[in-house]
Amino acid sequence: MIKKKFSKEHAVRWVLMLFALSSLLFLFLIFIFILFEGLPLFHKIGLKNIIFGFKWAPTKGSFGIFPMIVSSFLVTFGALVIGAPLGLSCAIYLSEYSGKRLKMFLKPALELLAGIPSVVYGFLGVVYIVPMVRNYFGGAGFSLLSTSIILGVMILPTIISISFDALMSVPRTYREGSFAMGATKWQTIFRVVVPSAKSGILASFILGMGRAIGETMAVIMVAGNALKIPTSILDPLRTLTGNIALELAYATGDHRQGLFSTGVVLLLIIMILNYIANFGIKRKVIK
Amino acid sequence: MFLRNNLMNKFISIVLFCSVMLLCSCNYSPTTGFGHKKKTVTLAGSTSIMPFTEKLAEHFMVDHPEFVINVQGGGSTAGIQACLNKTIDIGMSSRELKQEETILNEILICHDGISVVVHPRNPVSALTLEQIRGIFSGHIRNWKELGWIDRKIDAVTREEGSGTRGSFEELVMKNEEIYDGIMVQDSNGSVKEVVATDPYAIGYISLGLVDNRVRALSIDGIYASVENIKTKKYKIVRPFLFLTYGDINDNVIIFINFVISKNGQNILKKEGLIGIL
Repeated sequence: MIKKKFSKEHAVRWVLMLFALSSLLFLFLIFIFILFEGLPLFHKIGLKNIIFGFKWAPTKGSFGIFPMIVSSFLVTFGALVIGAPLGLSCAIYLSEYSGKRLKMFLKPALELLAGIPSVVYGFLGVVYIVPMVRNYFGGAGFSLLSTSIILGVMILPTIISISFDALMSVPRTYREGSFAMGATKWQTIFRVVVPSAKSGILASFILGMGRAIGETMAVIMVAGNALKIPTSILDPLRTLTGNIALELAYATGDHRQGLFSTGVVLLLIIMILNYIANFGIKRKVIK
Repeated sequence: MFLRNNLMNKFISIVLFCSVMLLCSCNYSPTTGFGHKKKTVTLAGSTSIMPFTEKLAEHFMVDHPEFVINVQGGGSTAGIQACLNKTIDIGMSSRELKQEETILNEILICHDGISVVVHPRNPVSALTLEQIRGIFSGHIRNWKELGWIDRKIDAVTREEGSGTRGSFEELVMKNEEIYDGIMVQDSNGSVKEVVATDPYAIGYISLGLVDNRVRALSIDGIYASVENIKTKKYKIVRPFLFLTYGDINDNVIIFINFVISKNGQNILKKEGLIGIL
């Protein structure tokens, strides 16, 4: 009887491991598939002509995605400019000031914010943010600014929850030591707590960047999708993700491969960002 | 033991459910169904024609229950290729055939006008083809140049590969390229949405979609109306073509006859297209 139970335990363990590994398998398959579809074009057109090409006219043989790479980074940076101060302030308030009851209210609200589908953000952007930008700042409204605002709000939950965890993991003794030296609460937070949680906060920014650069639906709806590198924050622009989603429906042959090449570049950028967030920064914490 | 039984029961019911589903799906499939075989016609091609063909197929299958009409998208070029390879019965194209494709039989089912639209509050009501070309090629960027206020023009175009964009490039832009700096939207609907909300926008959409939220411009003094398209005064018109290759079977002929019949044409007219009758 005991033996039977033991073997059953074993079986469960193996089955679970198999399922756990399946997620790795999916990642691997996605990788293989995207590379398989996207790499032939790099070979045909040339890496330089794709990554540093300025002209995207896939039906006429130009596959330059440089403006989109720049635009993707611009909206990501814009999202950080708006999302980082807001998110960090919220995390500091949550961890240092807020009482238990407010925390109980704020945290689920943040999770709700994270759960709103991106198409809803995009829709709100089109209906409210775009006309507002058009009326108060000029331009078409479909612009770097509108996209940054929408993305800035979308990355808030990521930034807040991760930097909140980082702030909470700063030992109590640090704060007590600072108070004992006669520092005020704000001095303690600004000089002791935040610097100690620095790497976690940075990681939250970088993961927020990853979220912003990969966002598609909301971006297509508010970015305007023009192919040029924007010259002002009121100009429309097209991101890498937007390019894929926008043109996939009609793409055939080289055009389709061009979109997969865009996907390869996007995948690489997101991998680098995740690598920096997971290894480059967290390792510092351990030290 | 009880737990196991329960699991077993669940498993059995899932298997049963799946097999029932399979059986059902067999039943509905046109070729393996019980009784006589269904007659199938397969169409593929332009995504601009696809919704209209689907509507036609719906009506057709009501009157002819023995038929199954499969309508697929893929784009005009893909439809033409598939037709040349004989993998489908009818190809759909929203552009004229190129030299090497003229080996196909083309059946004109209707015309679709492309109208250039602006916001209803925009006082500009007439442009020349030259001016429109200037706007979309980036030479004209301010409404002042067109006799309105000093404000940037928010031009909107369609994405690369779209049939509507293809026709617009061919009929309006001629040899000029569409400027990189103007906005791109991925459907007739979203172009219309942008133009309907932005007073300074200009875009082009299928004539059938023009309503009072946007205003169609007259081009070289001629409005995009059914009348003007029929008399060939309005020039930005594209054909919707059905294509066949070689011998065709009776089923295909029956469907095509329905499309060009009065009933079929009325359906297309109701959708805002310009019939051939």
